[in-house]
Amino acid sequence: MSPTGGVPIFELYIFVLAAFVGWQVISKVPHLLHTPLMAATNAISGISLVGSLVAAGGKFGTLSTVLGTVAVTAATINVVGGFLITDRMLKMFRKRPELARGKREG
Amino acid sequence: MGTELVVQLLYLAAAVLFIGGLMGLGNPETGRRGILLAEVGMLAAVVGTLLHHDIITYEWILVGLVLGSAIGTVMALKIPMTKMPERIALSHAFGGLAVMLVGITEYHHRGAGMNTLHISATGFEVLLGGLTFTGSLMAFGKLQGFIGGKPFVYRGQNASNVTLIGVSLAVLAFLVYAPATPAAFWFLVAGGLLLGVLLVLPIGGADMPVVICLLNSYAGLAASATGFALGNNVLIICGALDGGSGFILGMMMSKAMNRSFSNVIFGAFGATPDAPGATTAAGGPAPNEANLDDAVEILRSARTVIVVPGYGMAVSQAQHAVRDLAQALKRIGSEVRYAIHPVAGRMPGHMNVLLAEANIPYDQLFDLDDINHEFSATDVALVVGANDVVNPAAKTNPQSPIYGMPVFDVELAKTTIVLKRSLNAGFAGIENELFVKPNTMMVLGDARKTLTAFAAKLKE
Repeated sequence: MSPTGGVPIFELYIFVLAAFVGWQVISKVPHLLHTPLMAATNAISGISLVGSLVAAGGKFGTLSTVLGTVAVTAATINVVGGFLITDRMLKMFRKRPELARGKREG
Repeated sequence: MGTELVVQLLYLAAAVLFIGGLMGLGNPETGRRGILLAEVGMLAAVVGTLLHHDIITYEWILVGLVLGSAIGTVMALKIPMTKMPERIALSHAFGGLAVMLVGITEYHHRGAGMNTLHISATGFEVLLGGLTFTGSLMAFGKLQGFIGGKPFVYRGQNASNVTLIGVSLAVLAFLVYAPATPAAFWFLVAGGLLLGVLLVLPIGGADMPVVICLLNSYAGLAASATGFALGNNVLIICGALDGGSGFILGMMMSKAMNRSFSNVIFGAFGATPDAPGATTAAGGPAPNEANLDDAVEILRSARTVIVVPGYGMAVSQAQHAVRDLAQALKRIGSEVRYAIHPVAGRMPGHMNVLLAEANIPYDQLFDLDDINHEFSATDVALVVGANDVVNPAAKTNPQSPIYGMPVFDVELAKTTIVLKRSLNAGFAGIENELFVKPNTMMVLGDARKTLTAFAAKLKE
C-alpha cells in the first residue's frame, strides 16, 4: 500500500487547492451575474459525463451500459443545455439600451 | 502510456479552461468569452475520455450524447427567463442522477473488490447524488407549483431527518468496513433518495435561493466524490469548483436574509403563522389603497424613481412592462434606477437576468449596499411584487421572523408606490407595515397590467 496508508493525499491536495481557487474566482463574480454563474457551474459539473462515458462504453455488462447511457444523456443535457443557456443570458446583459430595441417585438 | 499521457494533458487543459471561463464571469463584458473557454475545456475533457482504453463500444455513448444534446438544446432555447430557477433546479437533478448512476455501475462491477478509498468515495457519491437528484426534483416541484410552495412540517421532522442522516453515515462506515455487502450499498442509495425528499419538504418558496445554492454545492461534491472513486482529477477539480460556488452563493443568500444555513434547512421558515410578529391585519390600520390615476400623477411629477422588483415581477412576467414605464418616465425627464436585493426572486441574480432580458442596461441595476442610502433623496420608490425585502419590520420589530434581515429603506422615499396582486400577507405570512404608512400608495392588481396602464397614461 502507498506510504499514506491508502489515504488519497494527492487527490486531497487537488481538491483543496481547486476549492481555494474556486473560492477566489467565484467571490469576484458580481451579484449581477449570479444566475449565469449558476448555469455555468452547472454545465461544468456536467463533467460527470466523463465517468458516464466509461460506464456506457465499457465492458462491464448490460446493467452498466443501460445506466451509463441514461447517465450520459442526463450529463449531456446539463453540458449542452447549461452552456447554451448561460450564453443566452450573457448575451442579454448590455450597457447600451438602444442597440437591440428594434428586435424586442420578435 | 502514450494515450494515457494525452488523456491526462487534455484533462489538465480542461481544468485550466474551466477556471479561466469562470474568471470571465467576473464582468459582463468578458462573460461570453469565458463561456467559450469553458466549452472548449469540456470538449477537451470529452475527447480525452473517448480515447480511454476502457471504452470499447461507442454506439450507446452516441445515443446518450445525441439524446442529451437534443433535450438540452430544446430546453435551453425554449425556456422563458422567468422559469430560470426551475431550469436550474432540474439541471441539478440531472447532475445528481448521472453521478448516482455512475456510482451504481462502479459498485456493480467492482463491488466486493473495492479498497477503502474506492468504496468510501463511491458511497459518498451515491448518497450525495441521490440526495441531489430527489432534493432538486422537490425544489423543482415546489417552484413549479406541482407541490405546494408552503413548508410541509410534521412533529419530529428534524429529529427523524437527523436520525436518517446519522444512520446513512453509519451504513456508509459499515460498507467501508465490509464492501461486499450489497444490501448496505443499496440502503445508501435509498437513503440518499429519501433524504433529498425529506430535507426539502419543510423548506418554503422564499428560501429556495439558498436551497438551490446548496443543491448546486451537493451536486459538485458528488462529482468530486466520483473523481476520488475513479481517480480522475478533472472531476475532482470541477466538483470542487461547483461545490465551492454553490456554497459561496448559499452563504451570500443566507447572509442577505440574516439567517444561518441550519436555520434555513431546519427552520421551516414561514410554517408557523401563529408566531409572534405575524399578527393579522384585522386589528391594525387599513392599507392605503390608491387608484391608478393618483399614482400616475405622483409618477408624473417625480424627478427620481427607484424600482424595487421582487418575485411578483417574475410571476406576472412584468419585466418588459417595467422597461416601457421606465422609458415613458425618461421621456418626461425622470431618472430611473433599479434596486436589486440579493434574495429577490427565487435564485441568486434572478431579477438581474429578467431586467437584462427586458433590455435594461445593467449599469442602472444597483445592489442593496450601493443604493440603499439613496431612497431618502428619491421622489418615488416603485415596489413591483416585492414584499419581505421592503418590510420595515426587519428593522423595527424584534418579534418579526425576518428581524435583522437587511432591507431597502423604501419608506424614506417621498412616496412609495407598491404594486401587489392582493392584500394577502406575503409568502412568509408576515404582515408588512409598509402598506399602512401614510406615504405609501398600494395599487392592487396584476403588476404587468398596472405598469402598462401607468406607461399609457404617462404618454397621454
